Amino acid sequence: MTTVAAKPATMAQALQRAMRDAMAEDPRVHVLGEDVGTLGGVFRVTDGLAKEFGEDRCTDTPLAEAGILGTAVGMAMYGLRPVVEMQFDAFAYPAFEQLISHVAKTRNRTRGAMPLPIVVRVPYGGGIGGVEHHSDSSEAYYMATPGLQVVAPATVADAYGLLREAIASDDPVVFLEPKRLYWSKADWSPHPVEPIGRAVVRRTGRSATLITYGPSVPVCLEAAEAAKEEGWDLEVVDLRSLVPFDDETVCASVRRTGRAVVVHESAGFGGPGGEIAARVTERCFHHLEAPVLRVAGFDIPYPPPMLERHHLPGVDRVLDAVARLQWEV
Amino acid sequence: MTVQELPGAAAAYPAFTLRTDPAPLLPDPEPYRVLGLGTDSPLDPELMRRLYEGLVRGRRYNAQATALTKQGRLAVYPSSTGQEACEVAAALVLEKQDWLFPSYRDTLAAVARGLDPVEALTLLRGDWHTGYDPRVHRIAPLCTPLATQLPHAVGLAHAARLAGDDVVALAMVGDGGTSEGDFHEAMNFAAVWQAPVVFLVQNNGFAISVPLAKQTAAPSLAHKAVGYGMPGRLVDGNDAAAVHEVLSEAMLRARSGGGPTLVEAVTYRMEAHTNADDATRYRGDAEVEAWRAHDPVDLLERELTGRGMLDETAIRAVREGAETMAADLRTRMNADPVLDPMDLFAQVYAEQTSQLREQAAMLRTELDAEDER
Ligand SMILES: Cc1ncc(C[n+]2csc(CCOP(=O)(O)OP(=O)(O)O)c2C)c(N)n1
Repeated sequence: MTTVAAKPATMAQALQRAMRDAMAEDPRVHVLGEDVGTLGGVFRVTDGLAKEFGEDRCTDTPLAEAGILGTAVGMAMYGLRPVVEMQFDAFAYPAFEQLISHVAKTRNRTRGAMPLPIVVRVPYGGGIGGVEHHSDSSEAYYMATPGLQVVAPATVADAYGLLREAIASDDPVVFLEPKRLYWSKADWSPHPVEPIGRAVVRRTGRSATLITYGPSVPVCLEAAEAAKEEGWDLEVVDLRSLVPFDDETVCASVRRTGRAVVVHESAGFGGPGGEIAARVTERCFHHLEAPVLRVAGFDIPYPPPMLERHHLPGVDRVLDAVARLQWEV
Repeated sequence: MTVQELPGAAAAYPAFTLRTDPAPLLPDPEPYRVLGLGTDSPLDPELMRRLYEGLVRGRRYNAQATALTKQGRLAVYPSSTGQEACEVAAALVLEKQDWLFPSYRDTLAAVARGLDPVEALTLLRGDWHTGYDPRVHRIAPLCTPLATQLPHAVGLAHAARLAGDDVVALAMVGDGGTSEGDFHEAMNFAAVWQAPVVFLVQNNGFAISVPLAKQTAAPSLAHKAVGYGMPGRLVDGNDAAAVHEVLSEAMLRARSGGGPTLVEAVTYRMEAHTNADDATRYRGDAEVEAWRAHDPVDLLERELTGRGMLDETAIRAVREGAETMAADLRTRMNADPVLDPMDLFAQVYAEQTSQLREQAAMLRTELDAEDER
């Protein structure tokens, strides 16, 4: 892997670098999607790839998500490793048939003879003031589909490292990119990170565990700072990967702290938090001092931008939940 | 020759009935034009006056809405500058009882149909997804996912025909949108059901950054109609008189039981995709300038002036009217919309779930606490 001097970079640049490095190392890696070539993607995440690798390696496709993912399936069948960009979360839905019926199932259907190493990159989530259909959190749909790996980076380093992992994986990965972190910066150089399936403790604490991922990680870290004033010392676990799920790291943390809150911005009902809370309860029941709580987006279609701040779980809602963990004086 | 007419087809597939009405489905070899040909074909003065006024107001509306994005009053605006002839003609060919199915770029068509400009902009301002009652105006919500409004238009038109109502649906889509599966499915359903629907494709050269050549290998988008068994028409999208004529014919055909038509209007997007896009990355000034010489407003103005159907006084009056409209839009858009966050829970279900009632109560508490601070 080429290394460059550490320099401040955005998450978008780190993702771009991950694709670039993967393409340089492995001619089987192809990038395809709407506007990924000349324009470099509407978020500029694929900027420069078409220039460097040619239009056959980084391809502006016709405007058809089912077609993009469906052709990626065929390309993968023939030995390529397609990285597909869906322009926005809600525009990936036309491709669901391909994703659910083929991408997720082909290894299983062929008894392992035909794995599909496809990465589906999905800019996801709200908080950027986007109009309708530009802010969905669709992770629950993907999580509910066996055969898909589902990951979401929260840091610049993870954006690079996790995407490299995803491209290297022989199984399909739905790679959720938190839109509102695209411009987050870090002093950073490309380096390997913990593998897909491993959660990371971003902040250690003793009073309770905040279990979170993607765009809610910075919110939880901020909440943990603010909670110090109340005398709470919060641990923050960044899941990084929803499927596979790291029971070990999560449960080790909850056993230490005895209390847990799951935080995410997608709807709470039928959302990822329910699964996570159930797993934690099953495994840590005797260590729990309080029920596992969830802080999530409301159970409503994603609201118009002028109202989204009321919908997105922020620091206050996290702290309110922490306060409800039945503290003994 | 249709598939069913291939030699031997009937013998090989006895269940097939031969198609005996091979309609002239193929599109015009060149985009159909009316203006600037130097002919003295008659133009309806009253219609031309309405088109001209619509175009001038439309151009001003686009400019005003774009300015509002710069002032932060609109989150985003996909301008239809350069495409006003399509937008206005689409609105003017509709009867009161007809339905319009616009895409996110077609605010102007909705406004030209009579929708209040501010109500038409709520989606793009960000205060609500649809600022009007679609049933009242017979304008479906402006559609953001590409081509998904097309099957809706077919279904509505089909339902209206089943009910015996005289209703035609006109659905608008961009060139990029014709690549989506929903476009194909809508076209096919419409033709099989002979639904009273007209598809208007505004081929403005680009889908964000992707030029038409990377979108399709078809000789024209109008050609796509042939495979479905409906007529395809190719028209100069900057020629308001031509677009109006071709769309009117298609509407009439649909209204009289003749089924759907696909109209491709060849036009050009003068601005970037939206104010958030950087068009210099994918196209040069020369191309834009070439199209500027074929501007829809100038084209109509030149023709009408040349024919003595429009004079300085009339032009001034129309421009002043447009200024008044723009000033009114500016003033009203400069007022902060009054929003009630509790609306978030109001219309998710006909009857609120207990979960939503709980969440509403939580937000109420938060808002009260905010008020106290
Ligand atoms: C299903 C879907 N995929 C992607 C997008 C993102 N997107 C919005 S507009 C656009 C380009 C559309 O081009 P075209 O259909 O030619 O219409 P135009 O904007 O030129 O009027 C794209 C890719 C979308 N809105 N919906």
